[in-house]
Amino acid sequence: MTDASKNNETKPLAHIRNFAIIAHIDHGKSTLADRLIQTCGGLEEREMTEQVLDNMDIERERGITIKAQTVRLAYTAKDGIEYQLNLMDTPGHVDFAYEVSRSLASCEGSLLVVDATQGVEAQTLANVYQALDNDHEILPVINKIDLPAAEPERIAEQVEEVVGLPAVDALHVSGKSGIGINDLLEAIVTKLPAPHEGKGEEPLKALLVDSWYDPYLGVMILVRVIDGYLRKGQKVRFMNTKAVRELDRVGFFSPKPVMTGILGPGEMGFITAGIKDISETQVGDTITEEKNQCKEKLPGFKPSIPMVFCSLFPVDASDFETLRDSLGKLKLNDASLHYEPEQSQALGLGFRCGFLGLLHMEIIQERLEREFDLDLIPTAPSVVYKIHMTNGEVIELYNPVDMPEVQKIDKIEEPWIKATILTPDEYLGGLLKLCQERRGEQINLTYAGTRAMMEYKLPLNEVVFDFYDRLKSISRGYASFDYELMGYDANDLVKLEIRVNGDPVDALAMIVHRENAESRGRQLCERLKDLIPRQMFKIAIQAAIGGKIIAAEHLSALRKDVTAKCYGGDISRKRKLLEKQKKGKAKMRQYGNVDIPQSAFINALKMGDG
Amino acid sequence: MLEPLALYIHWPYCLSKCPYCDFNSHVAKTVDHPQWAQAYIHEINYYKNLLGARNITSIFFGGGTPSLMAPETTQSVLAHIDKAWGLSDACEITLEANPTSVEASKFQDFKRAGINRVSVGVQSLNAQDLKFLGREHSPEEALKAVEVAAQTFDRFSFDMIYARPKQTVDSWSQELCQALSYMGNHASLYQLTIEPNTPFFTRYNRGEFHIPDDKISADLYEVTEDIMRDAGFNSYELSNYARGEEASRHNMTYWRYGDYLGIGPGAHGRYYTNAGQKFATRAHRAPDIWLKQVLDTQKPALQDCFSLTEEEQFQEKVLMGLRLSEGMPSSLFEAKKVDALLNNGDLEMRDNATLCATRQGRLRLNSVIGYLLT
Repeated sequence: MTDASKNNETKPLAHIRNFAIIAHIDHGKSTLADRLIQTCGGLEEREMTEQVLDNMDIERERGITIKAQTVRLAYTAKDGIEYQLNLMDTPGHVDFAYEVSRSLASCEGSLLVVDATQGVEAQTLANVYQALDNDHEILPVINKIDLPAAEPERIAEQVEEVVGLPAVDALHVSGKSGIGINDLLEAIVTKLPAPHEGKGEEPLKALLVDSWYDPYLGVMILVRVIDGYLRKGQKVRFMNTKAVRELDRVGFFSPKPVMTGILGPGEMGFITAGIKDISETQVGDTITEEKNQCKEKLPGFKPSIPMVFCSLFPVDASDFETLRDSLGKLKLNDASLHYEPEQSQALGLGFRCGFLGLLHMEIIQERLEREFDLDLIPTAPSVVYKIHMTNGEVIELYNPVDMPEVQKIDKIEEPWIKATILTPDEYLGGLLKLCQERRGEQINLTYAGTRAMMEYKLPLNEVVFDFYDRLKSISRGYASFDYELMGYDANDLVKLEIRVNGDPVDALAMIVHRENAESRGRQLCERLKDLIPRQMFKIAIQAAIGGKIIAAEHLSALRKDVTAKCYGGDISRKRKLLEKQKKGKAKMRQYGNVDIPQSAFINALKMGDG
Repeated sequence: MLEPLALYIHWPYCLSKCPYCDFNSHVAKTVDHPQWAQAYIHEINYYKNLLGARNITSIFFGGGTPSLMAPETTQSVLAHIDKAWGLSDACEITLEANPTSVEASKFQDFKRAGINRVSVGVQSLNAQDLKFLGREHSPEEALKAVEVAAQTFDRFSFDMIYARPKQTVDSWSQELCQALSYMGNHASLYQLTIEPNTPFFTRYNRGEFHIPDDKISADLYEVTEDIMRDAGFNSYELSNYARGEEASRHNMTYWRYGDYLGIGPGAHGRYYTNAGQKFATRAHRAPDIWLKQVLDTQKPALQDCFSLTEEEQFQEKVLMGLRLSEGMPSSLFEAKKVDALLNNGDLEMRDNATLCATRQGRLRLNSVIGYLLT
């Protein structure tokens, strides 16, 4: 086969549609995607597992998409032409907004999928705005219209009110039963634009959209070609990392990997280049041909910034190395995960980890426990503070333990977010109160029908602490929530320290607003008093700010523990008991004379707000 | 001077099992007494060959209910010990006895067999509590048996179990004072503990009864110490009280971590071999298996037999030694930990060299020793 004949396999721009799906969690995005794949013959009926694109168990179980996936569909439209549809399934959750922005940047259009029984949610809105920022054409799709509670007309109107997309353009479909799927495919071809630019004769210019490690194929790279061709055997240059590699596989997902040996302008697909280490591939990088390089790089993406931090410690100290390896493996496919080793007096050796958000944190923890069989102790989530020192220096504080002495601090700034909450109006009162309690400042409050949209300025610190759980419980699960970082602002923040017999417990240190310090300190002391078993020494549990004690509890000493008789035969049992005590001590932390079981700290950290 | 050696001989049979007891005790329809005597003698022969000449300082027949033994069995065993090692008049030979009239009637025979001390398990002077504890005697019967013991033997121990359900400081004080008038010069006063693998364990965990909490049982312990001290007893060990020099020499061997042999099913031993190793032994618990094996092999039927490391020996020595009011040399312990315990009032220093547990420390000796050794 000649190169020319291979070229013929690529589609002209006009016959290509690249689009993303934007939807709230469980609005049926993945089911709809599956249905599109099936209708276009990507998979036989028998090959369809539910939610084909969500590969990870955790994605299927939680019904969420974590990694962006792409699949190429062949659709013969009513005009008789076979179109190449490149579908990107994007994460719906705010924590993965970074993944979303990458997906959107490689497409020209989006389907906005809205549940006909539920309406527009806050996260969806955020992603729609991102799509608009990327000049996307957006096609509203009202899904689940076959449900008894479906109100497609009303929801379409809501989409028009909130998002500004005409209700008459909305398509009514059911991914589950297949209603309206053909109309949807036709609309994708007729209403979404083809790739705007792209010339085959120009030097190769392709966007590195994503990369992940596949145990059989090595590092897989997801690409979108702008100009020129990617060919098997070609020597390519990664312009940012300056690496030069030979392509050993070129193809697309159907969703099964299909090797074509070539990708042309406007097309999406994957390449492999014998890369073993994912850190060699930088998302947003520009790929060009080594011997015929393009002149300008693509603008690329802003790197992801961890917003939420917590430390993870293995329950069994001997699992530390396993934890290190496991984090390394997760990092292979999740560039946004940050971690570095940390030593805690209370909890031993572990890692300080940075996450995109709370869900990201939860998912990483769950994957570590499930896929790597680790028992973990997570510390309370925290954010990054900016500490302005009296000498003019500014320090970024990732861990409350590292807070400098109060005397040397001029002021402390904390990150603030703009939160958008959409809720049925009956829960508005409770949610306003919640935001007030969390030091929120109202920015805006509007209505769309019976749904209220609240916009609040909130300290991220207050949000990482079970805000989402409270929001869901107040609204019986109906309210949705999204946020974006606004910036940093100074506030009256203090480091709350918990001391046991005078020694600070590092794992329990936290930064809180001065107004909340006393109540939070008292709660922690009371809880620890219940959690620490009585021993032969009296135990003082204190909460302190700087040198000042703001709350205290005392645990009286255990008076009697001896079991009376001890003859010749009992000695072996006694000694075994002692050995057990010794082993148990490995899971204890010493504070002065007192040994405190690690479990007491773990349970104290599980503390909710109320 | 020959190295001292104590012998513990276990008789595993009882008429019925007490629901609190986790000792190696069994109920059997028939027992072949001569065979048992023969098995004990095989073990004695074996140990004589192993250890050579020793000074037998005490012998203790425990159980089970060794007062159910045929006195002839006791006699032939003691005669054989005499033949093997020699028995002096100074040797303390104790038999555990249940205070029923049947057993009391055998005391004379046991005395003739060589027993010179009995340890009488009165347990309680409250009829209801005796029933609860599963005992087969009434308070009156028990006190009568104690009188017989006092007439028959120069030395006897009066043994009780307290910290029973619903017991108060007042009711126990009264009961103990009543018991005092029947006591000789030794008493073992134990608190009831709920041990795994006993009927009480199951019933307790089902919530069928409660035992005094740590505060009440601590109060009960303290009032016991007061009453016994006022009656002229020295609390020479956590739960053992003696007037004058009447401490149990056999038990003192355990607590001072001297050498003792465990003879009979389930018995434990600790002894130095002539090669200087301290051995720990434990015999098979099941009486039938033990008996058959000993008769077949003419050797002890041991489930465990291993030498103890220096550290293990030290642990055992401390676990036992700190129970005694005579205490242990302070030089054995880490100074920092000792200071913490002295400051906390759990230990006291005698003559700048000896550490002993205070009353407060005795009450939570498990924690004290745990702190010292871990």
